[in-house]
Amino acid sequence: MTRGVWGWITTVDHKRIGILYGVTAFVFLLVGGFEAALIRLQLARPDGAVVSAGTYNELFTMHGTTMVFLAVMPLNAAFFNYIVPLMLGARDVAFPRLNALSYWIFLFGSLFLNASFFVNAAPNAGWFGYANLTAKQFSPGANIDFWVISLQLLGVSSLIAGFNFIVTILNMRAPGMTFMRMPVFVWMTLVTQFLIVLAFPVITVGLILLLFDRFFGTNFYNPGAGGNPLLWQHLFWLFGHPEVYILILPAMGIVSEVLPTFARKPLFGYPVVVYSGMLIGLFGFGVWSHHMFTVGLGAVVDSAFAVGTMLIGIPTGVKIFNWIATLWGGRIRLTTALWFALGFIAMFLMGGLSGIMHAAPPVDMQQQDSYFVVAHLHYVLVGGSLFGIFAGLYYWWPKMTGRMLSERAGRWNFWLMFVGFNVTFFPMHFLGLLGMPRRIYTYAGGLGWDLWNLVSTVGVFILALGILVFIGNAVASLRSAAPAPADPWDGRTLEWAVSSPPPEYNFRNIPTVHHRDELWALKAGRAPVEAAPPPPREIHLPPPSFYPIVVAAGVVLAATGALTHLALVVAGALVVVFGAYRWAFEYRSSLGGGLRPPSDASPRGLRGQSPRSSGPR
Amino acid sequence: MTTPHEAVIGSTGLDHRKMGVWAFLGSECMFFGSLIATYLVYKGRSPSGPTPHEILNIPLTSISTFVLLMSSLLMVLALAAVQRGDALGARLWLFGTPFFGMIFLGFQVYEFATFVREGLTLQVNLFGASFFVLTGFHGAHVSVGVVWLLTLWTLALRNRLTRADALIVEIAGLYWHFVDIVWIVIFTLVYLIQ
Amino acid sequence: MTQHPPVRTYLLVAAVLAVITAVEVSLFYVTVMARFLAPLLIVLSAAKFSLVVMFFMHLRSDHRAFTGLFVGPLAIAIAIILALMALFGAFVVARP
Repeated sequence: MTRGVWGWITTVDHKRIGILYGVTAFVFLLVGGFEAALIRLQLARPDGAVVSAGTYNELFTMHGTTMVFLAVMPLNAAFFNYIVPLMLGARDVAFPRLNALSYWIFLFGSLFLNASFFVNAAPNAGWFGYANLTAKQFSPGANIDFWVISLQLLGVSSLIAGFNFIVTILNMRAPGMTFMRMPVFVWMTLVTQFLIVLAFPVITVGLILLLFDRFFGTNFYNPGAGGNPLLWQHLFWLFGHPEVYILILPAMGIVSEVLPTFARKPLFGYPVVVYSGMLIGLFGFGVWSHHMFTVGLGAVVDSAFAVGTMLIGIPTGVKIFNWIATLWGGRIRLTTALWFALGFIAMFLMGGLSGIMHAAPPVDMQQQDSYFVVAHLHYVLVGGSLFGIFAGLYYWWPKMTGRMLSERAGRWNFWLMFVGFNVTFFPMHFLGLLGMPRRIYTYAGGLGWDLWNLVSTVGVFILALGILVFIGNAVASLRSAAPAPADPWDGRTLEWAVSSPPPEYNFRNIPTVHHRDELWALKAGRAPVEAAPPPPREIHLPPPSFYPIVVAAGVVLAATGALTHLALVVAGALVVVFGAYRWAFEYRSSLGGGLRPPSDASPRGLRGQSPRSSGPR
Repeated sequence: MTTPHEAVIGSTGLDHRKMGVWAFLGSECMFFGSLIATYLVYKGRSPSGPTPHEILNIPLTSISTFVLLMSSLLMVLALAAVQRGDALGARLWLFGTPFFGMIFLGFQVYEFATFVREGLTLQVNLFGASFFVLTGFHGAHVSVGVVWLLTLWTLALRNRLTRADALIVEIAGLYWHFVDIVWIVIFTLVYLIQ
Repeated sequence: MTQHPPVRTYLLVAAVLAVITAVEVSLFYVTVMARFLAPLLIVLSAAKFSLVVMFFMHLRSDHRAFTGLFVGPLAIAIAIILALMALFGAFVVARP
């Protein structure tokens, strides 16, 4: 493994890329959280004057965009990258260099989006960018251009990762790992990737049309010339609703791994949980117009989408019952990971219930654009996705870092976040029902909103304290915590069969899987213990490559050119073409048409720990 | 694109790259589906002309459609040639396919130039906008395919495309045929059903 | 590796594609059929589409996984096109 900064820049190792995703996304979680804190400070009192109206628009736009695209999605991607190949019993993903390309485009796209702050042109039309707010006529600055282009970049990154993980999961399962033996987290990753590759092209087209409207004077969203702003809403929510499941399904997968491990019993109704996840994904494409009930699409359309939306409640509810039944009668170990998983179930359930409320168009028409919806979506995305991600962080941290986290600090972390989260967002239900609209930068006193706004703002700081405890816990763990054993939680899945952190090649011998909870079965002697084949003399690993970052740099250079000068677009395109060709012939030129093991796969790669607890030997 | 062969056959017995390309083409269905939906939704909604009826040149486009269709035939002939190790056939058809692609693009450039001269632009009405964006993105896909296939052709010229490399030709072919079937749909929905 | 159809099949398919295209273009000029023109043309182009996918892209003989990866998204894409057309009133017959 190449060391130092160069090693990280050229890495194609899924574990390193996973860590890159995790660290970057966590930084953006803090950035998005900081934006949220400013929003809450502004709203703490009536007639707040912390920020101006214009800045406020930028803050809520960037908060939403950041949390969705730069924090939660890539935090999930960190787990996809690090954990999925290990769970599959694979040595890497199907396309290691494309994996690196995904990360670099994500990083550059994120920086591109946030660079808008430095030229005083942060996006300001909401994370959904409704037409005509985004029209050149009403938003002549570069704000929306930054938003459109960086979303395209992030979309490309997600799409590439999507193809990569679909192939990885379908095609790189260890021998014996049938689909119905795949861990649920892998299943939910697979469903998520299908949602990504099917939903992102739609927003890509929506953004292309917007781009043409803004750059080339077309009238796709201009009603003055026969265009229809509703087309944007349809295209956006055709993407946007599957996107909600892209954010939540991985968390459901994490929780489905954490609960059985700490209840010490197999997941209740595994096939039902898997099929429910697939149904949620499929239905996700048929409910987008429930974001548009107040548009006036008519009673028939509204009814159809209301029924579809309520139907999604069924597989979701089924999952919740399965999780509860998994706990039922288990010998429960209340670790921090399990606390977060329990918090996930409770909070996601509440978010789901308020969601079912506005699945009914008449109710939705009352709640539309009010703080009730803000409460709902944060229960799903913070209480749901983020708590699930934290459950995953506490669960897999030892595997990823080789160090244990403090359970004591973890408990503080959980309870501060849990209390802070509820203090922040529960009052928003009341605020919404009291008529407070979303996205207003200030409000007059005496409307009955003062108290709950103040409470909500206080909650943010409790929540932030919880995050701070996590950072402290993480730093202390990396500095001085005890080394983690290979299998600290008595795990069920293959990632716990290798050392913590795993060796570069993951598995000395690719394991053969006989059981859904393979490791438990092995440890209990229920799976055949085969005589280990001798360890291979050399293990072929993909060599590091410089070209992913070159291509990503070219892409972002071209994107910068779109905002500045055509010459940069051409230069960026040339860099992309150059990088792509060198990439395509990287192995070919050195191989001369033949086969040769990658230079990196020297026997020194075999040094490293033997599977501690119970590798298949 | 090329990695040691043994590393890319997965647990289903299928090649990673081919599976990846099929997943990509599925995603492309959604991309072109959204563009086609945009075109159809705005069909007949332009407040002013030129209209499709006034401007689309069916004889001309029929020829270019036929050329693109036949390029798909050349593509499968190229694949068959590489698969049986016929170097001469590979060189011939791997040039013929992108050459036909370039003829198609030439027709498209001519068509676009004529339309602009006759007053159909991106800005003039919704038909112009949705027509140029839809067919333009299709043309961009054809261009990428042309570059891809010409690259394979140069490999074939230098005898670096052997039977063992049939898969990379097949993958390029899958992309090429997909671009062709998108045009089959566009030709019917945009040109013939006005 | 699956056995690909021989060159003869390719030529035959190409001939059928050419004939269908010729029929499509001539239908365009036959005005008596105007009422059935759209459905007829859609059926013909769907036939061409299927021929290319089944024979030139080998889905007829290739692994089912590829068919699933392609046809699933294709179905969703078609459903979305139809849904959007319906939502924008494309199927509403204008009354004089």
